[in-house]
Amino acid sequence: MSEGGVVASFVVPVHPHTVLAPDMNPGWRALRNAYDEAAQTIRDLEADLLIIYSTTWPSIIGHQIQADPNPEWVMVDHDFHDLGSIPYSFNIDAEFAHAWDDANRNRGLQSRCVNYKGFPIDVGSVVALTLLNPDNSIPAVIVSSNMYANRSETTVLAKSCLDVIKSQGRRAVAITAMSLSNRMFTDFIEPADDKIHSLKDDEWNRKILEFLEEGRLEDVGQLSRTIHQQIRVQKVVAFKPMWWLSAMNGNRNDLTGKILAYEAIHGAGGAVVHVDPTSTGVGDKEYDEDDVEYFHGERGVLDTGTETDENIEQAASEIADGGAGTSERSTPEANGPALWDPTEAEGSVNTTAAPKPVGAYPHARRVGDMLYLSGVGPRQPGTNSIPGGPIHDENGEPLDYDIRAQTHAVVENVRRIVEEAGARFDQVVDVTTFLVDMKRDFAGYNEVWAETLGLVGPTRTTLAIDALPTPIAVEMKVIVHLGE
Amino acid sequence: MTPRPPKRTKGADDELNLAALHWAMGKGRIVAGCIAPHPPHLVYAENPPQNEPVAEGGWEQLRWGYERLRASLADKDYDAIVLLSPHWQTYVGTHFLGLPHFEGLSVDPIFPNLFRYHYDMNVDVDLAKAIHDEAEAAGLPVKMMENPDFRVDYGTITTGHLFNPDWDKPLVVISSNRSTAYYSVEVMQEIMMELGKVTRRAIEASGKKVVVLASNSLSHRHFTTESEMPEDMSKEHITSHAMHLWDMRMIDYMRSGQAQRILDEMPEFTEQAIAESDGGGLSWLLSTLDVPDYPAILHGYGTIIGTGNAVVEWPCYAHEEEQA
Repeated sequence: MSEGGVVASFVVPVHPHTVLAPDMNPGWRALRNAYDEAAQTIRDLEADLLIIYSTTWPSIIGHQIQADPNPEWVMVDHDFHDLGSIPYSFNIDAEFAHAWDDANRNRGLQSRCVNYKGFPIDVGSVVALTLLNPDNSIPAVIVSSNMYANRSETTVLAKSCLDVIKSQGRRAVAITAMSLSNRMFTDFIEPADDKIHSLKDDEWNRKILEFLEEGRLEDVGQLSRTIHQQIRVQKVVAFKPMWWLSAMNGNRNDLTGKILAYEAIHGAGGAVVHVDPTSTGVGDKEYDEDDVEYFHGERGVLDTGTETDENIEQAASEIADGGAGTSERSTPEANGPALWDPTEAEGSVNTTAAPKPVGAYPHARRVGDMLYLSGVGPRQPGTNSIPGGPIHDENGEPLDYDIRAQTHAVVENVRRIVEEAGARFDQVVDVTTFLVDMKRDFAGYNEVWAETLGLVGPTRTTLAIDALPTPIAVEMKVIVHLGE
Repeated sequence: MTPRPPKRTKGADDELNLAALHWAMGKGRIVAGCIAPHPPHLVYAENPPQNEPVAEGGWEQLRWGYERLRASLADKDYDAIVLLSPHWQTYVGTHFLGLPHFEGLSVDPIFPNLFRYHYDMNVDVDLAKAIHDEAEAAGLPVKMMENPDFRVDYGTITTGHLFNPDWDKPLVVISSNRSTAYYSVEVMQEIMMELGKVTRRAIEASGKKVVVLASNSLSHRHFTTESEMPEDMSKEHITSHAMHLWDMRMIDYMRSGQAQRILDEMPEFTEQAIAESDGGGLSWLLSTLDVPDYPAILHGYGTIIGTGNAVVEWPCYAHEEEQA
């Protein structure tokens, strides 16, 4: 099976005018033509899956994924019912939908499939699928936009989707059914009078399109909250689709964008945009916000904590099994990432006397007469507690802590791993130390160093860094020479 | 022969007196106005034959509240139900169902596991058109919905069923214009107060007896998870104490005849309780009832997936009896 991936992404408008009345306004016709061009591009790419994230399908209980293999009905828009009806009969990839649902839960998301006759598929999805896949030759999947989801949840939703795309080797097209500015005229207008509602909306729309044309999708994603405040009517679903679409493309800024059309639909900004994953070689990403792999957010409000933990534990296990096949991750602590069993590649040195890793790696690895330790912190084996206390609480609020106690604990963990390898503490030859607060902690750390490793005499480099994966202040990277 | 009014005599039967009064005034009238929330859970829990999923009960406090509301109006004669549903969301004007009959399958897009209801309902198109025309004359953007393929929103169906499970009265269904989203609660309320006034005028001009329903919850913050068995009442409670306080404050105003204070505090209530009054139904209802200064009857209060819901009746008939 070839490796799957996203072969193209599209932004498409949601209102029914492009299907029902393209010739009533030149702009609507231009959008329809762009839709048709997008459909041809999808065919030329030989895509085998269309994935629609629709802003006109709000959900409350996590994200919902359409899993009826052949949903059929007649869609009539709540506002523009006088334009006519859109009968639909879609080809949904139910197997993919269920796999995505599983993958969502594996990454800590609330998620469920829906498969009910007569389920009202939303206008955005109906318009997009009708025009992008007119002969139903490509199976599709539709996901809702959760009204309470924020960036992390929406980002993880994309990553779980990518998990399935890769595992199934699919050539997927990611589609966001959305308006740019979404302020429509609040009164009825003649089609000929349609235009973008305001100059401000138009300017913002053009700025978004400029970014997209330059392939700066992640930049648009990170501007989502600002865009929502500036040009979005505060409906239940915020301007989330760019979070999803950017994550579907690896949170990149070096994509290849092409604007196929930009026009007004009853005042709202409608655009058809093609984002090609081919790198332009420019536009490196600059993260203002953290990337996330698992969702550990506000969940379990019905006090089903056990169930949630089991889900996450199961998720960890499945993800790990999909990798090395032998690793196992335990339930994450409230204040830090999940813990893993150390990996067992050739030459690995592991011990239960040292704290569990926070990823798939060994405590140390022997190569010839050298022993390289993974970064060692002060966490205690078994309890995972931090001598001297954590540097912040589970809400990120800073706490007072004892750098001396933390440094002593690091040195002790180093000693345990070295001895597990059959080596001696005085064979440590090089140490790189990472401190999260150099100004506050260097003196205390330096005192403990002098009392311990300083007596052994390894070379040393001390660096200031922003953060460590767990709420600790100090970590050491250690190299040991095993020969005499 | 010119018809004669029923004879009005002091101390005689009140219904006769009221009939005489309204005949003399040549007016239609509002029999009662109600808050009649629409969470599909209530229909699901009741297991009516029209709904496909099957439940083991649940949310009894609210379902019994609806029973009390129905009993309260059982002996009152009326011709039509006028209903504003926050789940027919229109961003361009206010719309009215404009065909005499709708039937089909209503599937809740958010809780499809609970609500897949086969509906069959009649519309009082004449009254709908009368309200539409009155609103248009007042300068409000309005439109009649005359597409036969239109699927009636699940809020309308749910409230329609819970208020009148026999479906033996025609409805006037009014969409929820989302002016709160476009502007603010204040602007929404201004529009809805005007829509309420024209609704009242059109009803009075129609000569019909009508019940008006605002189909909305009070506080409206949901849980984002659902228990394995949705009707597991051990999991049901209000999402926060603040939501509870707001709900009780509003209900106190209702029970003590202080509708004006509800309107005065509508912006704070709507924003802080994330209340479903954002759809305009409550403001419209109170305006249609001419901002009642007489007590409402609380038939029931309960939470549904964390949201606060009250079944409330303003007994206009009783108020008129007192006035008469």
